Formats: sequence, C-alpha cells, structure tokens
Amino acid sequence: MTDLTETFRQRILAASSAAPLCIRGGGSKDFYGCAPRGERLETSAHTGVLAYEPSELVITMRAGTPLAEIEATLAEHGQSLAFEPPRFGEHSTIGGVVAAGLSGPRRVSAGAVRDFVLGVKILDGAARELSFGGQVMKNVAGYDVSRVMAGSLGTLGLFLELSLKVLPRPVAEATLRFEMAQADALDKLNQWAAQPLPLVASAWQDGMLSVRLAGARAAIAAAEQSLGGEKVGVGDTASFWDDLRDQRANYFAGATSLWRLSVPSVAPVIDLPGETLIEWGGAQRWLRSTAPADEIRAAAAKVGGSATLFRADAALKAAVGTFTPLPLSLLNLHRRLKQTFDPHGIFNPGRMYPEF
Amino acid sequence: MTAALTPPSDQDDTRRAALLTRLQPLLPAGGLLSDPEDIKPYECDGLTAYRCLPWCVALPDREEQVVAVLRVCHDLKIPVVVRGAGTGLSGGATPVAAGLVLSLARFMRIIEIDPLARLARVQPGVRNLAISEAAAPFGLYYAPDPSSQIACTIGGNVAENSGGVHCLKYGLTVHNILKLRVALIDGAVIEIGSHALDSPGYDLLALLIGSEGMLGVVLEATVKLTPRPTVAQVVMASFDDVTQAGNAVAAIIAAGIIPAGLEMMDKPATAAVEAFVHAGYDLSAAAILLAESDGTEQEVAEEIAAMCQVLESSGARGLRVSQSDDERLRFWAGRKAAFPAVGRLTPDYLCMDGTIPRKHIAHVLTRIEELAQQHRLRVANVFHAGDGNLHPLIMFDASRDDELDRATALGAAILELSVEVGGTITGEHGVGIEKVQQMCLQFSADELAAFRGVKEAFDPLGLLNPGKAVPTPRHCSEYRLTGSGRHT
Repeated sequence: MTDLTETFRQRILAASSAAPLCIRGGGSKDFYGCAPRGERLETSAHTGVLAYEPSELVITMRAGTPLAEIEATLAEHGQSLAFEPPRFGEHSTIGGVVAAGLSGPRRVSAGAVRDFVLGVKILDGAARELSFGGQVMKNVAGYDVSRVMAGSLGTLGLFLELSLKVLPRPVAEATLRFEMAQADALDKLNQWAAQPLPLVASAWQDGMLSVRLAGARAAIAAAEQSLGGEKVGVGDTASFWDDLRDQRANYFAGATSLWRLSVPSVAPVIDLPGETLIEWGGAQRWLRSTAPADEIRAAAAKVGGSATLFRADAALKAAVGTFTPLPLSLLNLHRRLKQTFDPHGIFNPGRMYPEF
Repeated sequence: MTAALTPPSDQDDTRRAALLTRLQPLLPAGGLLSDPEDIKPYECDGLTAYRCLPWCVALPDREEQVVAVLRVCHDLKIPVVVRGAGTGLSGGATPVAAGLVLSLARFMRIIEIDPLARLARVQPGVRNLAISEAAAPFGLYYAPDPSSQIACTIGGNVAENSGGVHCLKYGLTVHNILKLRVALIDGAVIEIGSHALDSPGYDLLALLIGSEGMLGVVLEATVKLTPRPTVAQVVMASFDDVTQAGNAVAAIIAAGIIPAGLEMMDKPATAAVEAFVHAGYDLSAAAILLAESDGTEQEVAEEIAAMCQVLESSGARGLRVSQSDDERLRFWAGRKAAFPAVGRLTPDYLCMDGTIPRKHIAHVLTRIEELAQQHRLRVANVFHAGDGNLHPLIMFDASRDDELDRATALGAAILELSVEVGGTITGEHGVGIEKVQQMCLQFSADELAAFRGVKEAFDPLGLLNPGKAVPTPRHCSEYRLTGSGRHT
C-alpha cells in the first residue's frame, strides 16, 4: 500500500509538451498502441486495494495494484473480473488493464472493461485531482467520463484509483468442440447466440470450433445435450481459455504481424491471406498476415468493422499506425476532449493517434 | 418554482419572429407550433413542478429537417431542448423560455430488426417497449426496462442512460447500445460505435449515453437484443423490519447469485400499490422483496431454491414463489405501478433517485423516515435493491402553504444523505434541472469544470439543453451559501 499521488503531481507539473510523460504500469503492454514517447512515469508502486466488500460487487484500488493480486483477492471470495483482461505479463497493473481497454474471451457475454468501470480518480494534465463515477452500480450524475477513460491509453489522465464492478465466478464451466469450417462456425455461433444458452465464449481456428459454457450445473448439462460436440476434459478447459486470454496459445507465437479485426459477428468469412483465429462469437477476428495494412483495413471497413495492428515491428506500426484512422469529424472531437483533460498535451502523446 | 419569466423585450420579439420565419419552410405541415395553446403540452416533462413555455416547438419527421432546424438555431444562437416522450422525471426536457423544443416524437420507425445479428436499428422516437414487441417473434427483446417503458422513447433512454428493474443482470442503456447516429448542434452528423463490439478511438458512446441531450441529438440508435429467457420466476418475501430486508439483499449477492431483478418496497409503498393493482402483497410487512430469476428451466429452479434458502435464513417471515407467468407479472405489476399508485394518494409527489452502497440500505431508510418527520411529510420507498438505487416518493400538496418548499428541502436532504454514505444523487433519472444544485455536493469545482469542458467540445456555444445537469460556478456558490457541501 503506497500512495504516490504527490510524486505524480510533481511530475505532471514539471512536464510540458516538449517534455511529455509516458505513463507505464507493469510494462506488459509496451508493445500495444503506437510507440511510447516521453519520460517514463512508472505507476507500479502506487498500490493497494482500498475497498472491497464482496456483497457490494465493487472493488476499489490504486492504479498500480497488480492484476494478479486483485484476481487472487477476488478469487478468495468466489468473484472475478468477468471481462477477463489479458495478462501479457505477471506485472500487469489494473491501471494498465483499464487504460488499454482490452478484454478477454468472455467479453462477448459479460461485457468489456468499460462496462465494468464504475468510477475513476485521476490527475488531469494540470495535476488536478478529479473523481468521476463512484462505487455504485448506477450513477448518472454528470457525463460518464470514467467509462471514456477505459481504452484511452492514458492520453486523457493519470489514473490514481479505479472502482470496478466484480461478479461471482460461474458455478460450473464446460467446453465443447466441433469440427467445422469457418463459415459454418460463424453461422452456428450467431444462431446459438440468439438462443437462451449459457454460452459465454468461443474460439474457432483451423477447422475446430470450441465453445465455453458457464452457469448453473443443470443448465450446462442441458446445453451439452442440445448442442452435441465433443466434451473437453475439465483441466484442459481452464488452460485452453487461459492460453487464449493471455495469448500464450501457439497461434500467437512468431513474428508475423498480428491484426485484431473488430467486426459485426454476422460478417461473412473475410477473405484475406494469413492465419485466422475467431473469438467473441465471430465479432473478434485475429489475423496473422503480411498483407498490406490498407487491404486489411479496407476489408474490415467493408463489413462495418475496424482493424487494429495489435503486434508488429516498430517500423510497420510507425508507417501505418496502430488504430484505424478516425474520420475528421470524430478526430476533431477527440482533439477537443484531449484539450479539456490534458491541455498541454503531456500524457502519452501519439500513443493512440499521431494527431494528439 | 416556474422558471422566472422576464417580460419579453422588443429584441426578443424580433429574434422569435426571425426564428419562426426561418423554420416555417423547413418543417412539414403542422410541424411548427408557436401558439401558446398548442405548445402548452410541452411546458413540462414528468417533473411537473417545473413549467416553462418555449418560443416554439418543432416536430420534424425527417432527418434533414432536424439538421436544418439545428443549423438555424445554431445560426441564430437559439437554445434547443430535445424531447422524446417527455416522461423524464428530472426536468431534462423542461423548455427554455427563449428557446425551441425539438420534439422527435414523429421518428417512430423501427428501421430494421436483424434477428441473427441480434440488433435493432430504430429511430429515436420509438418507444422502449415497442422494440421488445417487434423483436418478440424472434425470441429476442431489448433488456433495459424503465417503469415508463410503455411510453418512453429510446432517444430519451439514451439521453438519460435509463435503467429499469433488470439492470443488475442485464445492464443499463449504456450496456445495450451498439451505435448512434447523432446530429451535433451545428448540424454535422456523426456516427459513433458500430455493429462490432468496439470501435477505434475514445468511447464516445459512453459519453453520449446519459448526456441529457446536452451533447448531440440522436437520429438513430442500434440497440442490442437479448434472447428471451425460457422461463422466469419471482419470489416475494416479506419482512418484519427493513434492516432484515436490507441484509437479505446483501446475503443474496454474497451467496454468488445475480438475480434478474431484486426490488424492495416499504410499507407505505406496498399499501399504495396494493390498493391500486391488487397484487396480493403482504400489507402487514415492514418491507417486501421481489427477487426474480430467469434463464433455462434448470437454472431458474436452482436459483429460486437458493434464493428461498437465503431469504429464509435472513428472517423472511413469508415467501411466495410465482407459480405462473400471470402471477409473476402480477407481482411485478405492483412494483411497476408504484409511481402512479402513490400518485393516487397525493395531489403531488417528488420521486428521488439516489443510489447508495447496498450495505447502507437500512440506515438510509431509517434516516429518510426521520427526515420526513422533520419536514412533516410522508414518504413511500421503492427501491432497486439489487443495485442500490432508491426511489423515495415524497408526497405533498403544492396548493397548501409551504408544502412544495418542504418537499423540495426534504428531497435535497435525501440526496445529501445519498452522497454522505458514498452514493450518488441520481442512479437513473438524470440530473436535469431538478438536481443541478446537488451536483455541487457531489463534484468539486474542478470536476464540474471538466464536465463543462466536455460540453464545450461538442457544443461550444452551449445551445443544447442549457441550464441542465451541469451547474455553473455561480449555481454552486449560491448553493453552498444555503446548504452544506462536500466541497468548499
């Protein structure tokens, strides 16, 4: 438990647009987004769970608190972060989790990071301490700034504290496998998702569809009956989904650029060269490909989605950017919001888009 | 409490005339109202204590007309108050005297239901319940269900980030909207979100949802549809005291159960409702809880049994499990009709909307009763207990001496209490004009300045719904002179 607020405040006051700050938690997502610029501001010593009462379904902690510690604390009470943030390293901090806005396999059923953010306390670019949201489930007082902070890659403020909604872990889980071509898998996943089934996650790769069931034991048993497929052993179930969540699965090894296509779940098979892994019932499609960025982004846009250059060498990222460029009208809104929270442009400049 | 009406100046008359002249050719027949008799129905929303006649009301029926109206208002710097069904309870749609009301009531078309993608594309004036009705043939529905769902529109739901009785499990509006098409005050049209689960850039959807019509005008919304659960069942539990009932709520959550709905009513609320809908509530109980489970037959059977066990060991003195869908709906009918039921007992009522940490339920209910006695008024409490969202209904008669003032003061005291125990002044009804003062309690001057910065990013001239949700520094200094505040 350490409170570094004052240190952070001094660093912010000393920073300027010519000497900006690069906010860093555990450093497990240094690879994500555009290249970090500026002096490092390490947050991983700003730690401590400040409030956690399981029956309130809320945990409040300092931003540098390790994700591993939080998950262990929640697990003691049979609870978890249902959006399953990926753990790219053992030092991941909760601040990094929220700033990156990445969610794991269960996102499709449980919701994303932003859906679980209840409140934040930040230092803005003028070193003012600001709190938005709170520690309650429903709160519509003021604009929902705390959710906007999720996925903003530290460009709007420095997290001091976060309050997140937590949920009970499912009583039981099971995994079913089906040999299936991609197009069939996409059809099936969308059909199943329209039915009241306890289906919480899915993965398709190389002709094999895996679906994860979670909930009451009886409900899982009934779903197994109606869906069929081959049941995976209990031990393998957990490790399969953990490897997917943390990108330890073989698919993620190697140097070929990794793209993340976020598309409507019903989008047909996207015809691009490379290896595909599909999650979120069809809505998240990973692609390892050397195809040109323009081609990949155009293919995603054609079906109403977007493509993020998730992992790639620095030269390619510098050339094509990480995220799909914004239309000018939206870019202008981003700039003005950035101006509101970080008037001197000191927080993570260029980490999200080169323009701010 | 009617907004102060300054006598119209010559300059106002000229501006009003210029506005009407420019709007007339842009709108369809009957689409521009300016006769006081015609605009009277628009003088207030569900918060009837505040009334104000605008200069005129525009009723466009095409997107281009909305954009054109906004352009004219932007050009002439005329304030615009957007209105859906006008069911809001915080005065979010209360008109501005020298301004225009932009009604989206004619945008009632469900553009598309895509059962495979589980989404509906709708115009902003489509009623909340109409979406679920249109999706029903596909076994789908739109999950957020505010009590006003028969009448309230999706545009209004987006503006207020509306909740309902099933939020704990299914989320609020913000969790159920995929994409919005929005007109900004200068007439620019933007699209935010997508039919994918996320989009590049900042989460502007989260910012727009719950922004009380102050950032943009919703032209179209894509909402998520949820598979209708196979079955749903509700347990009704009665308790001899509110502390026990409050503890039972925490015990259910602590047992790892997320009920589809978890509602509480105190004795005055139960009495009001029972006389109205005859749901069979236990009138002698100090509090009753309604706990709903939904899902597959097996899930529901397991969960209902588990909840009954927790409720019994928490001291429930009576338990009834709905034996049919008719009975389940009857149990709920009372809860959903709580506001009109209380409305029958009293000429006027104010509905408060604080959210508190669940552990303080009993303390807060006790304090509300004390405060009510101090203010010589009666309060009935209905409560989205699962997510800590409390609706004290303050009964009063505005025609009698200072009752309105006392009711307002009691309301303010209840909001202060919510903030004091770590909660918020509004869980789902919005700040509007009703609670704009109490924003000064919950937020510091710097935080309020940040909200104003957000507002200016979208609406630099401050023309969309001015005076709502975010107080000016002057508001706050005046409020602090008269009341207590967290921030000084």
